[in-house]
Amino acid sequence: MNELLLLSPEIVITIVAFAVLTLDIIWKGDQRSAKILPWVAFGGVVVALLATLNVWPASSSEFGIATDSAGLIPIMAVDKMALFFKVMALLTVALVGLSAVEYIEKNSPFRGEFYALTLFAGLSLMFLSSATNLVMIYLSLEFLSITSYILTGYLRRDNRSIEAALKYFLYGALASGVMLYGFSLLYGATGSVDLATIAVNLGSANVFLVVASVTLILAGFGFKIAAVPFHQWSPDAYQGAPTPITAFLSVGSKAAGFAVLIRVLVVALPAYSFNWTVILSMVAILTMTVGNLTALWQKDMKRMLAYSSIAQAGYMLIGLAAFTSQSSDNWSNGVQGVLLFLFAYLFTNLGVFAVVIVLENKLGTTNIADYAGLIRRSPFLSIALVIFFLSLIGIPPTGGFMGKLLVFGAAIDQKLYVLAGIGILNSVISVYYYFGVVRQVFFAQESDETPIQPGFVMNAVITVTMVMTLILALYGQPFIQFATDSADILAATF
Amino acid sequence: MMPIPLSWWLTVSAALFSIGVYGALSRKNAIGILMGIELVLNAVNINLVAFWRYIAPTDISGQVFAIIVITVAAAEAAVGLAIIIALYRRRQTAVVDDLDLLKN
Repeated sequence: MNELLLLSPEIVITIVAFAVLTLDIIWKGDQRSAKILPWVAFGGVVVALLATLNVWPASSSEFGIATDSAGLIPIMAVDKMALFFKVMALLTVALVGLSAVEYIEKNSPFRGEFYALTLFAGLSLMFLSSATNLVMIYLSLEFLSITSYILTGYLRRDNRSIEAALKYFLYGALASGVMLYGFSLLYGATGSVDLATIAVNLGSANVFLVVASVTLILAGFGFKIAAVPFHQWSPDAYQGAPTPITAFLSVGSKAAGFAVLIRVLVVALPAYSFNWTVILSMVAILTMTVGNLTALWQKDMKRMLAYSSIAQAGYMLIGLAAFTSQSSDNWSNGVQGVLLFLFAYLFTNLGVFAVVIVLENKLGTTNIADYAGLIRRSPFLSIALVIFFLSLIGIPPTGGFMGKLLVFGAAIDQKLYVLAGIGILNSVISVYYYFGVVRQVFFAQESDETPIQPGFVMNAVITVTMVMTLILALYGQPFIQFATDSADILAATF
Repeated sequence: MMPIPLSWWLTVSAALFSIGVYGALSRKNAIGILMGIELVLNAVNINLVAFWRYIAPTDISGQVFAIIVITVAAAEAAVGLAIIIALYRRRQTAVVDDLDLLKN
């Protein structure tokens, strides 16, 4: 297949992002035309999504590799795993962009750049999910980070947005520096920047150097997925960032972090050369527990969701730990579980944030206390919130339940009983703070009973995410198949 | 003339890395932290070029990597400084301890 066609989703997004920037300049001051910008961006994402699905049958267990002009250094792979994460990235960008329309109109005079930057952030996620080369991984990770810093500080007149951007930037820059030092050591130990060649040369490499480098690299990836102990940035960044960007960071960045983590673990560092299960299990346990316990006494919804998403990353790490353990035959179940979990988490978390955005637009606050009596003001939003929370906890019939079932199942399959047990215990703890919000929504008294009507776009976003959350559980077979296909291809590259 | 052994380069780079991380963690001023981070990136570059010269001189990956790191570091510093300036305009401070709006 033509290599250019394999990259068609990225090409479409790049063109559309620049088109949005250009149109923004052309339409400067023309408020009515400027309203079309988000729809131009949305249209581009839909086209890219179709292009991705068009590439899907062509991808195979053989890597489709884009090389440099001399044909020497593999840079990207277009396999099913990469395409899975591209679909995730595009869905995230589409839903985030739509839920931002009203918010950005209200809070910022600059619109075009917002959609262009969101598209660029999505583009970086797509590159990251394909990268098979340390240089490309670093480049796309920095691309993602830099666009995220700008987007986090997008509300320049809001002290909290700027503060969040600075904190995110300082933590992020240091984390990427440390990760890069790990990359340089790995390059030194194996003499290559290509993940597949690294795997081959790993056998003869200096063990000390490899362990040191991988520890540093895991720190960098851990930062991206907000795993404990590299999570301190996320509550601040999530709370201060414009709410649609919080949604993007909690879903897009996390998915990309897992994409690159899975690829490095699978392609470059096959589990038999070093026992990663212990390290990953420890990080998973810490991440779940710290995230859930700190979420218990949060009063701000965005901050609570930040800790909740830290905890969710912990559950996903269980799947990875199960994957690296390989004590029984079907060890790729772990990755399959993580993929489905991420897919369910995407719709669930973006849905929660859509509700939060509507309420912030109408109420001007994200305090949980201000959600009092919401059931009488908007039954639709209240019911949606309950469904999303059920999914985050992992109670059927929701997508979150399917994800957790597969992830915990994979852990039990690999005889990681303690890990699975702590995961289940943590899910029980999380009921407390999710239902703290639900209690506020349903049972707290509130004198103000003016109904809250979300606009058409927000209604559509919430409906779509809610329906997808339910469908993933009630009619999950195609999606499980989708995740399995993506994970299987990965196992075949061994 | 005796060539300088690889380990010397690595020692310099490790020292630079440690100084950079120490600086980033101990400084209170955002600019100071940024300088610490730049030191870390320089340590990486020394590592990359030294490893390229001693371990894999046949392909240019190491060199290319170092050049890309320099380029990206410039972009990152530009965005970082822009954020610091935006912050300074609003709050008249670049000291991270003063940033305490975001908490529970």
